[in-house]
Amino acid sequence: MGWLITSGTDRAGAFSGEWLTMMAVSSLSLKAEIRDLSFSFGPVQVLKSVTLPITERRVTALIGPSGCGKTTFLRCVNRMQDLHPDARYEGEIILHPDKINILDPAVDPIEVRMRIGMVFQKPNPFPKSIFANVVYGLQIRGIRDQATLDERAVQALQDAALWEEVKDRLHGPATALSGGQQQRLCIARALATNPEMILFDEPTSALDPVATSKIEELMTDLKQKVTIVIVTHNMQQAARVSDFTAFMFLGKLIEFDRTDTIFTNPSSKLTEEYVTGRFG
Amino acid sequence: MKNGGIDPGRPQGPVTHRRKPSERVIEVLLLLSALSSIGITLGIVGVLLYESAVFFQKVSILDFLTDTQWTPLFSNAHYGILPLLAGTLTTTAVALVLALPLGTITAVYLSEYASATVRETVKPFLELLTSVPTVIFGYFALLVVTPCLQLLWPNLPGFNMLAAGLVIGVMIIPYISSVSEDAMHAVPVHIREGSLAMGATRMQTAIRVVLPSAVSGIAAAYVLGISRAIGETMVVAIAAGMQPTLTWNPMEPAATVTAYIVQVSLGDLPHGSIGYQTIFAAGLTLFVITFLFNVAGYVLRTRYHRKY
Amino acid sequence: MSHEIHQVIADNKRVDRLFRWAGLGGMAFAVFILLLLLITLGVEGSQRLSWQFLTSYPSRVASRAGILPACVGTVLVMLVTALTSIPLGVAAAIYLEEYAPKNWLTAMIEINIANLAGVPSIVYGLMALGLFVYQLHLGHSILTAGLTLALLCLPVVIITAREAIRSVPVAIREAAYALGATKWQTIRDHVMPYSTGGILTGVIIALSRAIGETAPLITIGALSFIAFLPSSPVTADPPFLSVRWLFDPFTVLPMQMFNWVSRPQEAFHLNAASAGLVLMVVTLAMNGLAYYVRYRSRRRIQW
Repeated sequence: MGWLITSGTDRAGAFSGEWLTMMAVSSLSLKAEIRDLSFSFGPVQVLKSVTLPITERRVTALIGPSGCGKTTFLRCVNRMQDLHPDARYEGEIILHPDKINILDPAVDPIEVRMRIGMVFQKPNPFPKSIFANVVYGLQIRGIRDQATLDERAVQALQDAALWEEVKDRLHGPATALSGGQQQRLCIARALATNPEMILFDEPTSALDPVATSKIEELMTDLKQKVTIVIVTHNMQQAARVSDFTAFMFLGKLIEFDRTDTIFTNPSSKLTEEYVTGRFG
Repeated sequence: MKNGGIDPGRPQGPVTHRRKPSERVIEVLLLLSALSSIGITLGIVGVLLYESAVFFQKVSILDFLTDTQWTPLFSNAHYGILPLLAGTLTTTAVALVLALPLGTITAVYLSEYASATVRETVKPFLELLTSVPTVIFGYFALLVVTPCLQLLWPNLPGFNMLAAGLVIGVMIIPYISSVSEDAMHAVPVHIREGSLAMGATRMQTAIRVVLPSAVSGIAAAYVLGISRAIGETMVVAIAAGMQPTLTWNPMEPAATVTAYIVQVSLGDLPHGSIGYQTIFAAGLTLFVITFLFNVAGYVLRTRYHRKY
Repeated sequence: MSHEIHQVIADNKRVDRLFRWAGLGGMAFAVFILLLLLITLGVEGSQRLSWQFLTSYPSRVASRAGILPACVGTVLVMLVTALTSIPLGVAAAIYLEEYAPKNWLTAMIEINIANLAGVPSIVYGLMALGLFVYQLHLGHSILTAGLTLALLCLPVVIITAREAIRSVPVAIREAAYALGATKWQTIRDHVMPYSTGGILTGVIIALSRAIGETAPLITIGALSFIAFLPSSPVTADPPFLSVRWLFDPFTVLPMQMFNWVSRPQEAFHLNAASAGLVLMVVTLAMNGLAYYVRYRSRRRIQW
């Protein structure tokens, strides 16, 4: 029994029924449901009716060749695509447990972004001190008490496996850190506000292998606290860190399943060709 | 070497043993052209020092800098530059009170909030205005701004530093907003997105992330504006009057260092007379002050260019 | 989400809205004042604008005064300025971009240019007074004025020419060298033609600022009541070109405007507005020309 979802079938039915059963059996729950998500910039349609579930406290990976829409998808989840003037969303992204639709125009994108964090492809620490970077999210939420800020900063840096390396230079410039350290700082910054979900957009593509493996280790620890969605063009990375994988191609979701199934026994021919390196 | 170290290099081997002599000649001519810039600075400093030497033989530097009267044409002549400096400082202060906030806020709006259409229209318009001749601003100050101000303060004299200062302020807004906006625009998009993705509003992103990153570029803009305001001549010559009284009240007429030079140049004093040589002493002071600001601006600007 | 967070978000957004209105207001105010200036000039200035005004000499009677000598003077002075500053500035820019090694001398030159760009124009006037008028005895003449303004334009010309030259990609130079061209040949045949558009734009803008300069010309002794024109550059007898005009006294448009606005009679203020309008139109036309040149050259060459 595969948890196959292909475009063109009754997606909403397909996963709500089978998925909920599967989850109840493995005591997993749904964090978000993406239903028929389409996205376009003006006349160009980038995403075509994507439907998939995001499981709570697990890592869901999106793989696919360049241009397949995976980064666009990610940026829809935290409404970052609002920043483009011609953006048009269709479909729904339902966030659990309160079941609000993220894409509803009445929903405030700022609120969405306060619940869902993002780590970008190129590490982007602010040109401030390490400490100022970590507490930025807390400050814009109105938290001013120094003791609270200190405590949350230490916790976040520990959770991001960066504390030991920076504890003596918290007020030094963030830009003095190495690439891998900067990315962990960005992760700490996102963690400090206790988000419900963190979106990772190719977080290690700009980093060397040592830094990459540190961050992959980190994600395995983090998923116990927070739901993770990661976009990666590195298939081996997806195989290493994720629990569920979605394969996208030209804006459509081709296949979604547990990671080991996608990589060892995919249902779609296209998926098989991609994961065996025939193209992409 | 420039351009990534590209240089065809010296030819080697039996074909030619040296570069063509005409190439060397051309290079020397070009070097001389570039050296002309140093020549001009030396010329300025040289002339100012040489011509002020006559003045400083008669008047000590201490008197020059501390005397509170500037009355070169009286029989009991005083040569203190403080009244002129007070005039310059007061008009510059008025100008900055208007231009720094407006210029900065315009730059923030254009950089962070405005749509591309608005930016593409307003920026060229503001840049165009840096070409407007300053006599025209002077005309505006005397014949439009002063009458308007006199509606509010009927006792305002026809020549006053307030109108001149306000107009100079309006004049330097394009300088400040243009350079500041460039500095803010240079902050990379992914830094801004990092802030927005955390749920910050545009204003929070602008104030907490963009402005601090762009601060040395903005400081360079301010310094540029200050230097421009200090050196402004025509607006004050037309609208602020030419009375070198020591006053810090913008509602009164006063002479600035620059207006004084104009006044003497228009007059009949013979070259070589001490009254005439005063303009070189005044010019030297002006040059030193703006030089300090220009160097500061240059250092700040090269610092912000290197950051990214 | 808790109520407190919602409150914080609402506060943040309120401040954001206020800030946006303040920014828009500030920008609108600046634009408004500047538009007001242009409109006032247009309205006041158009009153005296006429063919008679453009072709008369200054006069003690305001209604008979005109700007003919001022216009002619402006043209002749700009001629000298352009002929001096363009070759000198472009040559300096070529040197700095193509030849200059990274040493202290180059740094000195660059700091100098940056400083000169910010020196008040009246200081240039003082320098010209001491050097050109009194040392070189060139007199209070068109030549002196042209040279003074050329010095004023030089930093701007150098800076913009450098940017234009820098925008030519290294790949083009490499292609030329790979074919065996010398440095100068590469510059002459490849770099210069491609950067001409940008250089021309910068030159036109520099000249458009020089046209409006008054302070340095007052200092070197331009007169403002000129009842005659400078001698013509073209003569009837051979060699058909004369240089006498270079040494003639002169006046320029901004000087004329300054002179009229300094008088107490309102009639002269109208004249000043009209002179200012002519000056403004010329300045705007030159800027428009510069933008057009830049647009055309960008369209022709796509890197």
